[in-house]
Amino acid sequence: MDLLEFARGPALQFAALVLVAGTLWRIVGIAFLGKKPDYSEPRGPGGLGAALKVIWTRAFTAEPFKKATLYPKIMAYVMHIGLFATIFLFTPHIVFFEGWMGLDWPGLPNNVIYFIGVATVVSGFALIIRRATSPVLKLISNFDDYFSWFVTMLPLVTGLLIPVRALFRYEDLLAIHILSVALLLIWLPFGKLGHTFLVFMTRGTTGMVFERRGAKT
Amino acid sequence: MKYRPTVGEILQAKGVSRRGFLKYCATTASLLALPPSMIPRIANAIESARRPSVIWLSFQECTGCTESLTRSASPTVEGLIFDAISLDYHHTLQAASGDQAEAARHAAMEENDGSYLVLVDGSIPTGNPGYSTIAGISNVDMLMDTVKGAAAVVAIGSCAAFGGLPGADPNPTGAVSVQDLVTDKPVVNVPGCPPIPMVMTAVLAQFLTFGQIPDLDKHGRPLAFFGNTIHDRCYRRPFYEQGKFAETFDDEGAKAGWCLYKLGCKGPTTYNACATVKWNQGTSFPIESGHPCLGCSEPKFWDKGGFYQPLSTGHFGSGATVAGAAVAGVALGAVAAAAGRRRKAKYTKEA
Repeated sequence: MDLLEFARGPALQFAALVLVAGTLWRIVGIAFLGKKPDYSEPRGPGGLGAALKVIWTRAFTAEPFKKATLYPKIMAYVMHIGLFATIFLFTPHIVFFEGWMGLDWPGLPNNVIYFIGVATVVSGFALIIRRATSPVLKLISNFDDYFSWFVTMLPLVTGLLIPVRALFRYEDLLAIHILSVALLLIWLPFGKLGHTFLVFMTRGTTGMVFERRGAKT
Repeated sequence: MKYRPTVGEILQAKGVSRRGFLKYCATTASLLALPPSMIPRIANAIESARRPSVIWLSFQECTGCTESLTRSASPTVEGLIFDAISLDYHHTLQAASGDQAEAARHAAMEENDGSYLVLVDGSIPTGNPGYSTIAGISNVDMLMDTVKGAAAVVAIGSCAAFGGLPGADPNPTGAVSVQDLVTDKPVVNVPGCPPIPMVMTAVLAQFLTFGQIPDLDKHGRPLAFFGNTIHDRCYRRPFYEQGKFAETFDDEGAKAGWCLYKLGCKGPTTYNACATVKWNQGTSFPIESGHPCLGCSEPKFWDKGGFYQPLSTGHFGSGATVAGAAVAGVALGAVAAAAGRRRKAKYTKEA
């Protein structure tokens, strides 16, 4: 078994199993944790509407913070949209998803994806430099922040090396890329990258609790 | 001593013009990535070579490699080069058989001890000596006996180079490649199913010119021919970059000649010269004919998933395993939630 076969086979299979088990563990564990009894008089219904409202409003920065957070906000948007495009709109990836789930959708030209990929990496580095140089961010950052950034960037960088055949042969680069994706999938449910599937769940819960307490959301 | 004509004399007798011969030498130099200044040296080396003795051994094979070399629409210079070498033993092409053929092999080995080339097509069965024999001699014994006095060994085709089809899972004959058995002689792998004729003769031309085997890659293949992927030299590559793919063999994309990646093309991971040297006197190659590359010059290409399965398809095993992981995750989550509730209830009670 060569490296590519190992990456496409056992490594990816193990990573998928950890991802599925880990994700469901986190979601079920949080969803059925139950709420603390709230004895105060509710100031609002705190229902699904409140959840959806906060999911929407938290996508934008509150007015007082707009100026101060403009730069990281733009970078974060570039990074997240870039990640979405490179993962889901790159044809070889779509072929991968089709083989896995049977679903197919149109992709973007590879050259467009390469451009988006570079922009995503640049934004990722801009964010990590900011985190590493800002005294406040440094204080509130831990291993999880840096390692999560690393496992997110690794598939992007290794993926971008493939079209230029940098350092290694194509099949070795592809194997390294797939192994880096496997590492990402394994880490995803356990660290801060869990926000991939928890973000709307947690924001919605926050919205419901806030509305019930009468906070302006 | 019997007069042995030079390769140049033989080619001249067969009507190969000086111009045609030099064109062949120029192409060979180009394929081997040699500077134009080397063309006269190649021409001189080939012309003056005294019919190098070649013993061609055929083991578990389909004769496709020999067919590739001999079945050209019109005689090519590379074909005639093969005529010009002293092919002292070749099961398929020789007239002699049985004891006479074996005597010819032994005679060639004795006369050219230390300087003859052994070309092998087909894999070698090791499961049982009786699986494949020639004149009552097992393939393993014949190979090991023949390579003793050889200058170098060239494994022709994917079966000889990597085990090929006979070596595919479950490998019922215990087929192995030449390099698995021959470890004390230089071995050059010229894989392909079949290999490109020009590549075979260019390897011989390199040997005749420089007296040494060419630079090889990690799989023992000449880098000059196996240094680039089919994908990197494919004329359909721009369509790959533009995201234009044939979805089926008869859709508009296929008719327009778009990239065959989605139809399982193994071009990105296959190292060979098909896209540049091409087949049938440079007419075309499989992708040009509308079929994805099967990756036939790569080790174990029969066992690398379906021919029509796209390269980026993951191998996740059975859905049951993933379902099992899902059940385990839900169970773990339920246990974690129950523990959290208990803890919360305890603190609420204490408060």
